[in-house]
Amino acid sequence: MAATLKRTPLFERHVALGARMVPFAGWEMPVQYEGVIPEHRAVRSDCGAFDVSHMGQIHVDGPTAQAFLQEMLSNDVDRVGDGEAQYTLLTNERGGIVDDLIVYRFAHGQFLLVVNASNRETDYEWLKEREPRGCEVRDASDEYALVAVQGPRSLERLGLPEAPAFTHAMGEVDGVEVLVCRTGYTGELGVELSCPAEDATALWDAVLARGAVPCGLGARDTLRLEVCYPLHGNDITPETDAISAGLGWACKLDTEFTGADGLRRIREEGPAEKLVAFVMEEKAIPRQDMAIEGGGRVTSGTHSPMLDQGIGMGYVPARSAAPGTGLVVDVRGKPRRGHIVQKPIYRKES
Amino acid sequence: MPAEESYPADLKYHPEHDWARVEGDEAVLGITWFAQDALGELVHFEAPEAGSNLAKDEAYGEVESVKAVSDVVSPLSGEVLEVNQKAVDEPETVNEDPYGDGWLVRIRMSDPSEVDGLMNVEAYRAHVAEQ
Repeated sequence: MAATLKRTPLFERHVALGARMVPFAGWEMPVQYEGVIPEHRAVRSDCGAFDVSHMGQIHVDGPTAQAFLQEMLSNDVDRVGDGEAQYTLLTNERGGIVDDLIVYRFAHGQFLLVVNASNRETDYEWLKEREPRGCEVRDASDEYALVAVQGPRSLERLGLPEAPAFTHAMGEVDGVEVLVCRTGYTGELGVELSCPAEDATALWDAVLARGAVPCGLGARDTLRLEVCYPLHGNDITPETDAISAGLGWACKLDTEFTGADGLRRIREEGPAEKLVAFVMEEKAIPRQDMAIEGGGRVTSGTHSPMLDQGIGMGYVPARSAAPGTGLVVDVRGKPRRGHIVQKPIYRKES
Repeated sequence: MPAEESYPADLKYHPEHDWARVEGDEAVLGITWFAQDALGELVHFEAPEAGSNLAKDEAYGEVESVKAVSDVVSPLSGEVLEVNQKAVDEPETVNEDPYGDGWLVRIRMSDPSEVDGLMNVEAYRAHVAEQ
């Protein structure tokens, strides 16, 4: 018997909107409503809303929470003030990436980690096993809904004040109290709104009434890949390290954290492979696990709605990882030409 | 705009969701509304070469959406006379008009008796209902 898929508090809303529902990381989630391409364009040009309630929300509280997270996470938690947030990695002993996440700091030594749905249990258990005295790790995922509202007009449509990226504050959208986080996964201006699960439908209805276009996981993936945000499980895994993945900027190597020694060694010696971004020159769409000639592999690939061509990310030998270098992807037996580009693949014309 | 669901009565259908419009000893081939809807907006049609030979029940090309790729199976055997360049250049045409402007190839049939083995619209509708 198939395992039962979990549903977010917005499941009925998605069905009523005619979404195509698919299994994702144990959840039944909308992959698209009207279509990936129109949803993608809505976010690039105006405003789109995503139900990301499947993501994990782990609370880490107590007097030793900050020191504990500094040991567990690659970035420098000490530099995160109250009301601020930071992209960071949960690393293993070898410097491999257990998960990538955003840590939010609140007053009185309270932290919130928003983690990938697929890694929620792993992350929770990882942290719980290592939890020191004076610190409590708690999985609060089921208590909250999370709605990402992204796009150049998102703040204006929601009636929310401008705020610097990677900050958060309590706010309100048409009477629904929310935690407003100036974060996202699309490369656009935007917020992620967290509210108690019982308020989720009221929040969703208010966001759509304000003109946000409902968007599924399909557009979420094409949007993040155009701006080269890595997807854990594809581009970064427990077997890949932050230096090879180009995430050295999220590793504070002068602090001590799990796997820091390994990462310092890789940085010193130089990584054998690098995660690069590329575009196709021929009409072809790269897909995950396709081989790149000369010993590389595609970790994410799609058709870019903005560039109207095949794009991807993948690991290639470090000596052939420079932007401008040509590469050949094996697309179901056919060699297709492309070349490496500077990240991000898509940059907004200003 | 994606097309509304429809299955024209004058076409012959293959269970892999491909259609054929027989015109003398030639046939125009495409994918059905059901196939394009399952894939979503098409962004690529990997077409066969004009002059190549297609075999009934075998893949002769691929159609890709943002999320997925699918073989296009030939309902009939024959030689490719023409590839629809509009489907190559603007694959979304297949979503918009799967039986009209979104046709894929025109072939000269090598065995017109194969047509008798294809489904009529009633049989194909019943097949779709089971999916």
